[in-house]
Amino acid sequence: MLDLSKYQSIGAALKDALDQFADETCLIESDRQREKERLTYRDFKERALRLARALQDAGFEAGDRTAIIMTNQSKWLISAYAILYRGGVMVPLDYKLTPDEQWQLLSHSNAAFLITEYPIWRQLAASSGRAAAINVKTIFVTEAPPSAALDGAQRWEDFQRRGEPAFVARSRTDVASIVYSSGTGGRPKGCMTTHENYLEQGHAITQVIAFQAGIRYLSILPTNHVVDFMMGFLLPFTSGATVVHLRTLRPEFVRDAFTRYKISYMMVVPLILKNLKKGMEANFAALPRSKRTALNALIRINRALTRDRPRVWLSRILLGQVHRAFGGQLRAFGVGSAFTEPATIQFFLDLGIPVANAYGLTEAGTAVSVNDPCTPRADTVGKPLPGTEVRIVNPDADGIGELAVRGKTVMAGYLDDPELTAETIVDGWLMTGDLGRFDAAGHLRLFGRKKNMIVTAEAKNIYPEDIETVFEGLPVKEFCVFAANYIWPRRSLVGEQLVLVLRLEQGQALTDELRRDISARNNRLLNYKRVHGIVLFDEDFPRTASLKIKRNVLAERLAQLDRATAILPL
Amino acid sequence: MRTIDQTTQEVLALASKHFQVPANSLAPDDDFFKKLGIDSLQALELLSRLENHFGIELPDYEVQGVSDFRTLASRIQSRL
Repeated sequence: MLDLSKYQSIGAALKDALDQFADETCLIESDRQREKERLTYRDFKERALRLARALQDAGFEAGDRTAIIMTNQSKWLISAYAILYRGGVMVPLDYKLTPDEQWQLLSHSNAAFLITEYPIWRQLAASSGRAAAINVKTIFVTEAPPSAALDGAQRWEDFQRRGEPAFVARSRTDVASIVYSSGTGGRPKGCMTTHENYLEQGHAITQVIAFQAGIRYLSILPTNHVVDFMMGFLLPFTSGATVVHLRTLRPEFVRDAFTRYKISYMMVVPLILKNLKKGMEANFAALPRSKRTALNALIRINRALTRDRPRVWLSRILLGQVHRAFGGQLRAFGVGSAFTEPATIQFFLDLGIPVANAYGLTEAGTAVSVNDPCTPRADTVGKPLPGTEVRIVNPDADGIGELAVRGKTVMAGYLDDPELTAETIVDGWLMTGDLGRFDAAGHLRLFGRKKNMIVTAEAKNIYPEDIETVFEGLPVKEFCVFAANYIWPRRSLVGEQLVLVLRLEQGQALTDELRRDISARNNRLLNYKRVHGIVLFDEDFPRTASLKIKRNVLAERLAQLDRATAILPL
Repeated sequence: MRTIDQTTQEVLALASKHFQVPANSLAPDDDFFKKLGIDSLQALELLSRLENHFGIELPDYEVQGVSDFRTLASRIQSRL
């Protein structure tokens, strides 16, 4: 593992890593049961420098912003390295956004270059949103069929290496990437993440989670997310480990990858962990009674012998069949980005499979706190990482207050939004909007949110402002979307929902026709962004002099309503 | 060769059977997440069932953002 604390930029660290681990396998790419690609660090370097040279020949200069919109695959990482090699700034965008949303963020980021895959480009090129992003001058597209029209883009596969590209050095305080934590429908939040943010975060995580050659990381969370960028690229690559990508993310192929590639680590969102648990419980229940009894006895023995700390080697002996189903080499799951029920984590701990439950946010680099896989607990999100300070602001009688974070992993600010940056980073402390407290052992526990947003079990952050545009033109006097828990605070992160608050016209009723209109608009949103209920409010919304809704004041008034009866199902 | 209507009906029948929802309660324009009450992982399970049934492979990008039976059936039809 390279000592990341000694580097000035992630490009420089990766450059050294590609030479140091030249003969190791860095990437495996599989599509269903077919292995598509297996690259050594040497192969990776050769391909990335070809792209870096193509960028250089296209006029790419230090600091140029380049968007990547791709599924998890080798070319995502090759693109990232090529951009960093040329001293550029990455703009990783979520490939699951709609084309219009992608163009909107491409425009906001002022990206001059875009690197994408043909199926995504086909939709982007056909979208009317393209007109809004005239800043995107150069587009590289990969995996286009030979006869496909590229609508002004250049074909990646045509690039020939015409000489050595020049490496462009960057300093720690330079921005390495702009990562959007929200803002597809409202106010874009482009987190400017510096080289130092990444290097310090990487250095801190490896003090808790070991990476080295021979480790295999299964990358299924989108790489545009800081978690996968860190765990599925920067850390494995700077330690000579291997990243496995799957082109088809069906549960059966994910399960197959564990045994096929002997996976060591995988970061998941709670929904996936819960689904794995459900599948295993169904398998256990289908066992003949005698075998089920024996299995339960072994689980009890394992639990007793690993109560103080996991002993994975012992659990692999006691519960061999279970561990072999995960390839027999699994060291730990990491879970985060959304609330995970302790019972789900405990299920795996009882089987001798460590689960490192973590807490983090894009604005803080990646992780703020993480459970050590050697001493994991199911009921907390672990201790703050080395170098990260966490304090509880304005704690209540139970010690619960807003979490504020300080350290070298906190972002430089939001792109082109000094006002929002000033509200979010106060005297060097990042105000997270999350509520929590420390227990006696120094572990952090989360209790809810202060901010008006929800996080789904799929770890999608949904901000009400981002989805309100779909309801524009609704025939009512006023409307507004809220996170229900923002109006009616709960000490819970389970079952978070969005609600549509309506102020009807005088004499207007919530008719079936209006409900149908709302449902139709709601269904235009991606499934995880939809509102779950309607709240009727019989006063005009409080507004500022510039007619913006005073959301906090409105929320206080709505809180006077009884939650149980106020939310009408859609 | 199936018609698009036949394909759509087979998609509805398979979804009804797999998620134990009455067949007559499903319509082509229904949002399958909402109507079947499923999450994104269960939707992926449904896709695997459909692939086996129709003997095709549907790349993930083909079904990205699709949430109604009719569009899903049309993506399947284009691969038959």
